[in-house]
Amino acid sequence: MCRTVDLRQAVLARNTMAAGVLRAELTARGTTVVNLLSSPGSGKTALLERELTLARERGVTTAALTADLATENDAARLARSGVPVKQVLTDGLCHLEADMLAGHLHDWLPDATRLLFVENVGNLVCPASYDLGESLRVVLASVTEGEDKPLKYPTAFGLAQLVIVTKSDLAGPAEFDEAAFRAHVERVNPGVEVVLTSVRTGEGAGVLVDRALAAADGDAVHAPVMARAEA
Amino acid sequence: MHEMSVALSVVDQVERAARSGGASGVRRVTVEIGELAGVVPDALAFCFGLACAGTVLEGAELVTRSLPGRASCTDCQRSWDTGMPPDLLCAVCRGGAGVLLSGRELRITEVHWSTPPTAPDSSPVPRSEES
Repeated sequence: MCRTVDLRQAVLARNTMAAGVLRAELTARGTTVVNLLSSPGSGKTALLERELTLARERGVTTAALTADLATENDAARLARSGVPVKQVLTDGLCHLEADMLAGHLHDWLPDATRLLFVENVGNLVCPASYDLGESLRVVLASVTEGEDKPLKYPTAFGLAQLVIVTKSDLAGPAEFDEAAFRAHVERVNPGVEVVLTSVRTGEGAGVLVDRALAAADGDAVHAPVMARAEA
Repeated sequence: MHEMSVALSVVDQVERAARSGGASGVRRVTVEIGELAGVVPDALAFCFGLACAGTVLEGAELVTRSLPGRASCTDCQRSWDTGMPPDLLCAVCRGGAGVLLSGRELRITEVHWSTPPTAPDSSPVPRSEES
């Protein structure tokens, strides 16, 4: 006997549910998660090292978890900031999922951590589909990557709550067209904030910590049109 | 490419439903994929074949249905095809007060399975809320 069953299940429902549980648990213990997405080589780690150092200097209890396919190089760099850092090796997996993150936080995340920065695997495709229980999702792109990056990776940029442009000191030599970049971001994610940063010149220093603290304090965070899909 | 993770999720969810429904084999699974879901149907089909091996879904066919991106403006009520890459700005208002009507779906809609003749008729699978 054969039958057709009307299943109607969201494929990523389990991850979304796990992310919701993690968000509730972490919020209850006073921790706010920031999920950082970018291509490989965009300068995520350099920016994060600077922001972690600033957070420590300002007395904000912070921790960072960094995910890579291989090597512990990023954790070694981030640890120079003096905040607790954990390296996760995904053994080839291209993204983090909520239950993986929860497993890594268990037994590691220090008590009283106010901000937890998660440096996702360098990839603008796959990590975009997985909620990690974050309260702020940040997408980074360097000026050398081209103004059309937001159009090439519309899901990643479309779901961002903050867009950070890195390596702004190279904007001139790279002939980075800031207005075009901003227009492309606006097209896929109307209203999202775009901030220019440079670890070399100090431009935009502290922006990541400021926005993360605002989210932690319950300030309204940008709601992307793409995320309002099933409203 | 995260289509393998997606395929494994599909197989896992269908397997649970099939088991509770007393199915002996799954013949066909239908999945809706929105234009903006970030999933490539061909890549998913390839991974689905691999993910089904050794499960009750072994040999099952995957049918994918594409849904276009559609957005609407909450100010002027106009709605439009977003295209790819999507344009989520209202062409009239140029504001961002829009909502996405469709395009990010990634859901299993139908499963066609067989049950052994002696198996008791199973109760319908309850609809679950979409996230």
